[in-house]
Amino acid sequence: MENLVATAVLEIESAKTGETTPAVCEHPFVVRFCHWLNAVALFVMVGSGLQIFRAFPSFGAKIPQKDLLNWPKSFAIGGWLGGALQWHLTFMWIYIATGVVYLGYQVFSGNYRQVLFVPGDVRGVWPMARHYFFFGPKPPAREAYNPLQKLAYTSAVVLGILSALTGLAIWKPVQFSWLAWLLGGFHLARLWHFVVMWAILGFLFGHLVMVVLHGWNNFVSMLTGWKKDPDYAPR
Amino acid sequence: MDSPTSEKKFKSMNRRELLKLTPILALGAFAIPKLQEPLLKAGLGFSDWASDKLFRTGHLAQTFADSELTPFEKFPINDYDVDDPGVDFDKWTLTVAGSVQKPGDYTLAQIRALPKFTQNTRHVCVEGWDVVGRFSGARLSDFLQAIGADTTARFVYVECADDYYESLDMATALHPQTLLCYDMYDQPLTREHGAPLRLTVPTKIGYKQAKYLTDLKVTNVLQKVGYWEDQGYSGFYGL
Repeated sequence: MENLVATAVLEIESAKTGETTPAVCEHPFVVRFCHWLNAVALFVMVGSGLQIFRAFPSFGAKIPQKDLLNWPKSFAIGGWLGGALQWHLTFMWIYIATGVVYLGYQVFSGNYRQVLFVPGDVRGVWPMARHYFFFGPKPPAREAYNPLQKLAYTSAVVLGILSALTGLAIWKPVQFSWLAWLLGGFHLARLWHFVVMWAILGFLFGHLVMVVLHGWNNFVSMLTGWKKDPDYAPR
Repeated sequence: MDSPTSEKKFKSMNRRELLKLTPILALGAFAIPKLQEPLLKAGLGFSDWASDKLFRTGHLAQTFADSELTPFEKFPINDYDVDDPGVDFDKWTLTVAGSVQKPGDYTLAQIRALPKFTQNTRHVCVEGWDVVGRFSGARLSDFLQAIGADTTARFVYVECADDYYESLDMATALHPQTLLCYDMYDQPLTREHGAPLRLTVPTKIGYKQAKYLTDLKVTNVLQKVGYWEDQGYSGFYGL
């Protein structure tokens, strides 16, 4: 397996039995720090974004206005449009900074290889999906991320980038007119920004369900970096 | 492989790694009522600073073909209180003050005498809707030159007949698409749209397009930024 990333591995010796268990460091500190900081920022961005949307819950014309949905205020952050904009325009810097630092680290450290979805992963997606959703047999784990996980996390990064680009297009449609143009103009860019948010929430839903169902060890390793007794052969 | 690590050492290692994430908890400051307002104000201030840096004086806002105009009757009328503050057109003047060589009252005829520019540009409301309108008027930069304004001053501040007030940074005020607008859709401004004179600033958000102008001041210091800005909206809000 050429694309396996060599990670730090330890043998942990039990004080009682003297037996050793392998432990592997799956997530470097930068990745963990960015993950949790981004999680907080995403929470605020979605909450304040929904409050901003409440000011004009439509993608049509102002006159006559046809509201798409009046999102309940309790699911929103900021209290009013001006307040929500303050939250949104503050936390967007944290959201983007964590994304940039994460991506930069992944690329320069080579750590991206453990999670980037590559063509070779395609054939592994269906067996994994069959296992998760249709009670199929569990394919043998060979690395920290299985092909379906790689697909999900790579998609999440793409969605994150799209959320920033669509947001930039509606925040600065004049200075970044080329970006707004690429997205079909200011009016459509606002729709794409909204659609990308729902796609991210879709990912997040799956992500959290998997953590609850399968992922205590994964959850711990995103906090401490270390996973004890991984179900794949560490190297 | 190295020699085995004791369980105890592994646990303390994990604890240390967990502790390294604690700086993230500092974000909890945003949940403290006393700190929340200044923190969000700082965040918005940073965004405004970045917006100012992103503004390019020579970069024009997109203009549109006549066929892409929003029909005049579908151009929304947005006010903070009244559609028509009852301006007496016969007595109306624009009162100019501040860092200018020729302060005083200027009539609409004087402003109309300046070169007239017409543009089909997008109007973006902070609420999220947008329309394309046809606006004609004198360039604010031409007017500033006519009144002998000190264009090294930082702001142009305006007041309106309905007690609304606004300000523009000088770079935006001097932008070629920033107009003192007196015609919309080739007709004199209607009362609801800000007659007899309003601002059209296609590089700014909607609430900067002040209507029913009565006063204009060139200044380095703003006592007030704008009606909505002073309630917590972005002070720069360049598009």
